[in-house]
Amino acid sequence: MARIDLVDLAHSYSGNDAPPESFALKPVTMTWRQGGAYALLGPSGCGKTTLLNLISGIVTPSRGKILFDGADITPLSTQKRNIAQVFQFPVIYDTMTVGQNLAFPLQNRGVPKAEVEARVRQIADLLDLTFYLDRKATRLTADAKQKISLGRGLVRSDVAAVLFDEPLTVIDPELKWQLRSKLKALHRELDLTMIYVTHDQTEALTFADTVVVMHDGRVVQSGTPAELFDKPAHTFVGYFIGSPGMNIVPAVVSGHEARIDGHVIGLHRNYGVLPAGAKIEIGVRPEFVNIAAPASGLLAANIERIDDLGRARFARVRIGDAKFAARVPPGFSASDNSVGLVFDPAHVHVYADSRLVEGVA
Amino acid sequence: MDKTINQKAWFLVLPVFAVVAFSAILPLMTVVNYSMQDTFGNNQFFWNGVGWFKELLDPSTDLGGRFLASLGRNLLFSAIILAIEVPLGIVVALSMPREGWTVAVCLVILALPLLIPWNVVGTIWQIFGRPDIGLLGYTLNSLGIDYNYVSNEFDAWATVIVMDVWHWTSLVALLCYAGLKSIPDAYYQAAQIDGASRWAVFKAIQLPKMNRVLLIAVLLRFMDSFMIYTEPFVVTGGGPGNSTTFVSIELVKIALGQFDLGKAAALSLVYNLIILIVCWVFYTVMTNAGAERPEKKGAA
Repeated sequence: MARIDLVDLAHSYSGNDAPPESFALKPVTMTWRQGGAYALLGPSGCGKTTLLNLISGIVTPSRGKILFDGADITPLSTQKRNIAQVFQFPVIYDTMTVGQNLAFPLQNRGVPKAEVEARVRQIADLLDLTFYLDRKATRLTADAKQKISLGRGLVRSDVAAVLFDEPLTVIDPELKWQLRSKLKALHRELDLTMIYVTHDQTEALTFADTVVVMHDGRVVQSGTPAELFDKPAHTFVGYFIGSPGMNIVPAVVSGHEARIDGHVIGLHRNYGVLPAGAKIEIGVRPEFVNIAAPASGLLAANIERIDDLGRARFARVRIGDAKFAARVPPGFSASDNSVGLVFDPAHVHVYADSRLVEGVA
Repeated sequence: MDKTINQKAWFLVLPVFAVVAFSAILPLMTVVNYSMQDTFGNNQFFWNGVGWFKELLDPSTDLGGRFLASLGRNLLFSAIILAIEVPLGIVVALSMPREGWTVAVCLVILALPLLIPWNVVGTIWQIFGRPDIGLLGYTLNSLGIDYNYVSNEFDAWATVIVMDVWHWTSLVALLCYAGLKSIPDAYYQAAQIDGASRWAVFKAIQLPKMNRVLLIAVLLRFMDSFMIYTEPFVVTGGGPGNSTTFVSIELVKIALGQFDLGKAAALSLVYNLIILIVCWVFYTVMTNAGAERPEKKGAA
C-alpha cells in the first residue's frame, strides 16, 4: 500500500535518443494516492499499457522516476517492487490446482503456511472460486481462468498497487459486468490501490474514482468521471468520452459570444480576446443542445438522421458542412429537415488549439 | 443425414491399396511366412509352425538366449541415453539465446550433428576413440586412463553412449527450444510479478509447456535408440564379445551371417511388435497425463 508518484516519467522503445515526438510515453508527472481506484483510458497505442508496465517494472523507463511512498523504486526489479499485475489473457500455472495457483505469489515470498491458507480462502470466497480450489486450473473455462489471474493479483495484502491490463477482454459481456462490480467491491473491501487499463469508457467510468485519459503518449486529463463529462480539458477527452461524443465546431470567440457562420451563441463566461493564430473551437455535449422548430434567433441546421438510444434520442444534423449531434426533446417531431438548435450556455466550452480555455465569470 | 451411396469411390482409393500392398503388406507377409519355416538353403523350406517363436522366448535355447540378452542390452542402452539426452537437451535449450543473431548461430551448430550420415558418425568416433591415432583415445591414454573400446566392455559402452549423446542431444534441444519459444511473454512477466524464482519458473511454466515436445522427443529417441544399428556396428562391431550387440545387430548376424531366414523373420516380428507396443503405451500414458480437457460446465 503506497502512494505512487511519477516524476517526469517518459519512455521510448527505440532508446533515449529518439526524437521526443516519437516517445511512446511523453513526460508525465502525477500522483496516485493510496487506496484509489484509477483507470487509464485511451485508444490502442496511446501509451497506457506502457505506463502500466513502467510501474510494474516489466519495462524500464528511458527517463524520469517512479516513487512509492517517496522512495525511488525505478532501478528495482519487478520482484522487488511489490506490485501485482493482471494481464489481458489469463496466465495459469498448468500443473497446479486453483488453490496452488492462488497461493503461488505468497509462497514465493515465504509467507507462513497458515496465513497463505487463510488468504487464499478469503480471495477464493470473494471470487466464488472456493468450489474449484482443489481442481486442476487447466480444466476450467477462460473466464474462470481469468478469475484465478485476478485472484493471484489480489492475494497479496502488502502490495503497493494492483495493476490491471484490460483484464476483462476475454470475458463474455454478461460476466464482464459482474466481474467489474466484483472488482469494485473488492477494492472497497481490500483497501488496495488499483490501476486499471482499458480502452472501454464504460469500464473505466464504472470502475474508477479517477480516470486518467491518455492520447498519443500524453495524459490529457485526469479527473472524476463527472469532471471528464462536464468539463473536458481537451477536445480529445470530449470526443472520446460520452456517446455520442462532444460536438467540436470551429468558431470565432470574443467576450461573451461565439460566432458560428455569423450566428451568435451566448457564452456563460467572458473569454476576452483569445490569442491570435490559435485554432479556436467551441465544444458542447449533445446532451446540452436541443432541437427545436426553426426560429429566427436559433442556429439553423439540417437533420440527417435520428438515433434512438432508448433512454434518449439524438439527431445527427449538419450546420453548413460541420457535423453535429443534438438531443431531440421528448415529444418533438420535425415537420421537415430544417430545425433550429438551442444551446445551454453553461455547457459550451471554448478550446484554443484543442485545449480548454478557462473564461472569467 | 442423407448420405449418397457411391461405391465408385472405392476405385479412387484402389491405387493407394495397391501401393501399400506392394510396399508394406506383401513384404510383411513374406516375413510372416518365413517366420513359420526353416530353410537349409537351396530355396528349400520346411514348415516349423510357431517353433521359432517358442525358442525366441526361451532363454535356454541358443536363439532365445541371444535374443533376450541383446534385448536387455538394448533396453539398458535406450534407458541410459534417454536419461542423459532429455535433461541435457532441456538444459541446452534453456541456455540458448532467445533473440538476436546468436540464435541462428546456435541453431546451425546444433543442427550439424543431425545432418551427418549414421555410418559417418560411426567412423568419426571409431577413429576419434582409437588409442593409437584418435584424438580422444590418445589423449585419455596419455592422461594415464587405460581406455580401449576394442578390448574393454565398459569403454565400448561408454564410447557408444557418448557417441549417441553427441549425435542426438541436438534433436531434443531443438524440440525443447521450439517448445520454449512458444510460451507467451505474459507468463514470464506474471511469474516475475508473482516473485517466482528461476527454479519455480522452470517448474511451473517452462516444463509443463514443454510437455508435448518432450513427449515427441522421448518417443523419437526411444524408437531410434531401440533400433540402433549402424553406429555401434561401425565402432565396435558388436564387441568386445557380444557386449555391444544390440537386437538389430543380432538380427543381421542371424539373417545374413548364418542365413537363418526363419529365425531372423520371427525375431524381426517380435522386435517390431515390442517397438509398437512400447510406443503405444508410452504415448497413451503421456497424453493422458497431460490431457487438457476444459470441463463444459466450468466456474460461474
